[in-house]
Amino acid sequence: MRAFTRGLLGIAGFLVLWELLGRSPLLPAHALPPPSVVFGELVTQLTSPSFISHVVATVLALLIAIVIAIAIAVPSGLVLGSVPAVRHGTRAVIEFLRPIPSVALIPLALVMLGFGPETKITLAVYAALWPILFNTIYALDELDPLLVDTARVFGTGRLGVLFLVALPSALPFVLTGIRLAATTALIVMVSVELMAGSQIGIGYFIMEARSGPGRMDQVLVGTVVAGAIGVLLNNGLERVRRRWVAW
Amino acid sequence: MSNMLEVADLGHTYGDHEAIGGLSFTVRAGELVCVVGPSGCGKSTLLRTISGLVAPSRGDVSLHGSHLAVVFQDYSRSLFPWLSVQGNVEFPLRSLPRAERRARAAEALEWVGLGGAARKRPWQLSGGMQQRVAIARALAYRPSLLLMDEPFASVDAQTRFELEDLLLRVRREHDTTVLVVTHDIDESVYLGDRILVLSGSPARLVADLEVPLPAERDQVTTRTDEAFVELRSKVARLLNVGKPALDVEKWAAAERESLSETVSS
Amino acid sequence: MTKFLQRWTVFAGLVVVWQVLGWLADDPFFPPPSKIVVAAWEWWVLEPANFTGHVVPSVVRLLSGWVIASVIGVSLGLLLGRSDRAMEYANPLLVFLRSIPPPALVPVFLLLFKAGTSMQLATIVFGVVWPVLLNSVDGARSVDVTKVDTSAVFRIPRWQWVLGVVLPAASPKIFAGLRVSLSLSLVLMVISELVGTDNGIGSQLMQAQREFDYTRMWAGIVLLGVLGYGLNTALLAVERRVLAWQPRSRDEQHA
Repeated sequence: MRAFTRGLLGIAGFLVLWELLGRSPLLPAHALPPPSVVFGELVTQLTSPSFISHVVATVLALLIAIVIAIAIAVPSGLVLGSVPAVRHGTRAVIEFLRPIPSVALIPLALVMLGFGPETKITLAVYAALWPILFNTIYALDELDPLLVDTARVFGTGRLGVLFLVALPSALPFVLTGIRLAATTALIVMVSVELMAGSQIGIGYFIMEARSGPGRMDQVLVGTVVAGAIGVLLNNGLERVRRRWVAW
Repeated sequence: MSNMLEVADLGHTYGDHEAIGGLSFTVRAGELVCVVGPSGCGKSTLLRTISGLVAPSRGDVSLHGSHLAVVFQDYSRSLFPWLSVQGNVEFPLRSLPRAERRARAAEALEWVGLGGAARKRPWQLSGGMQQRVAIARALAYRPSLLLMDEPFASVDAQTRFELEDLLLRVRREHDTTVLVVTHDIDESVYLGDRILVLSGSPARLVADLEVPLPAERDQVTTRTDEAFVELRSKVARLLNVGKPALDVEKWAAAERESLSETVSS
Repeated sequence: MTKFLQRWTVFAGLVVVWQVLGWLADDPFFPPPSKIVVAAWEWWVLEPANFTGHVVPSVVRLLSGWVIASVIGVSLGLLLGRSDRAMEYANPLLVFLRSIPPPALVPVFLLLFKAGTSMQLATIVFGVVWPVLLNSVDGARSVDVTKVDTSAVFRIPRWQWVLGVVLPAASPKIFAGLRVSLSLSLVLMVISELVGTDNGIGSQLMQAQREFDYTRMWAGIVLLGVLGYGLNTALLAVERRVLAWQPRSRDEQHA
């Protein structure tokens, strides 16, 4: 509980600093609205159906992207992690694909998929694939051979070992990968919405607030909400890991 | 009595390292046989070839029964951490209907005195209790042959005595055929009906000894029994243990010398 | 040697397949690799001004942003990591700030710094400082008690304690963080260039798309891939040198 109070104090300190900075004449006017203004606007926006639909659109697209990324990355990771030949063979391809920043693919995705949600979901999937894939492969490297021996002694076949031993023992690492992937996917999602002019989403809300009326308080509302989604995802997944995978 | 396990001219080579050099022996049904040998003599390889984890380079292993179970030394690594104690014991019984699986797991946990811990996770238990779970899992499988690889080498002395007696009790109650691999001479004499003494690498059979002790054993009286002491010495001699590793006279002289050096400097 | 072959044959095979398919399909969206290479050659080698005016500034921005973030992240991280009290104050704030998608702050940085290099640097630094910072905290916390006691017994000076004990002990974690932020720097460099400037690889990429020059667009994507691969390989080489004393360092994805 003590740590909790200190954490609150830390955040309060940050808000005070921000308030002072926002009101100081050093910064250009309206460049950084103080938290008192931003939180007033936040309350207004949270009751506005159009803002809520932006938030829902982003969260929904994000969840879809994470699910698709898991569906692709975990099976591929299991194959790559358990069949060395496939792994060596694809290594150069993966090492080349991985560093391509997903945002570099924005122009390509726009051309191919247009301005709908497909574009941002595809790019978020691309970004979210890698942490999950690499954590799955890493987890299989760490698989304890004695667990495999134990299962084999009790008459478990290759497939059984994969699903009853390799997969559960990889689960904590996979969940860590998913947590990292969710954060990355959120960044990419909001970026695509910001830049590629999708028609809905938090990023779109931010861009509209900036380019239209220049409402920096709304920009920061969008930012704070995006950050809050990130915190919730991160802590939620961490809690899932602690709760279900406590070994 | 019929043979449960027959091993004929079993040999195994890793690369150019010969781990086992032609072993032949049998284990009769209902018997508890201890395999004892110096550390690193290929005992684990022997166990892996018998259990089918490794195909031997030569020779035959034939089991006259449907299946076998193994209890490994490293209980913390051989229990599945994501399963409950009950789930671990049920693991080998996956093909059975749920109710029967439940019943057999509960029964096996009772045998090892862990009836109350079924819902716990293995890592919440002490080392000795974890090894009991591993034993319960093996027993629940109703194996024709129970293989144990240094099963009590990773627990403290007190727990070890308890587990040894537990093993003797359950195998008597359920007439299990057991093959225990160990490097501990006392343990092999205390547990076994018969002892197979192996030489160092590559493993070869040096002696096949009957243990002339009554079936009922007791940690205090059995270990001071004359037959026990005599057999222990015999196995020890076969394993070349107790031969002075260094010349005592020489050692004392060297010690005096180094002492005087420290003082003078 | 066979592994090397295995590795690159599949890669080469895919490039060949792409080439053949690109030829057959003759689709402007998917030019064959040969055309991409030619476009890249004409774009950056035959017109060096394009290279010095766009590629070089991009790389400079990326590296300076990453270096600034690393210095801030490591020093702040080591400080926070050695004090449980300080971490209690800072932790929730850090968790929140880290979760903010940095591009969302681009409009704010645009107003604060005006369009240009300082705004781009601010975006990169804000975006990539977190992995370094949090990993440094973790690393500084992992200094084992024996080392702490040993240092206390020998009464070593403060700076020596930080540079000689805490930093080396934390370095495997720090390097893991540095690698994550380096690849993130590339992402943020592109993002900041898509809005903030008319020079840099990102803006060229956007321009190629607007002019429907898909071959050049692909050349830009490939260049970013090569850049990412090269930077990561270089950092790994440095890491292997610096951490050579480590008995075995394998925290591949533990950022």
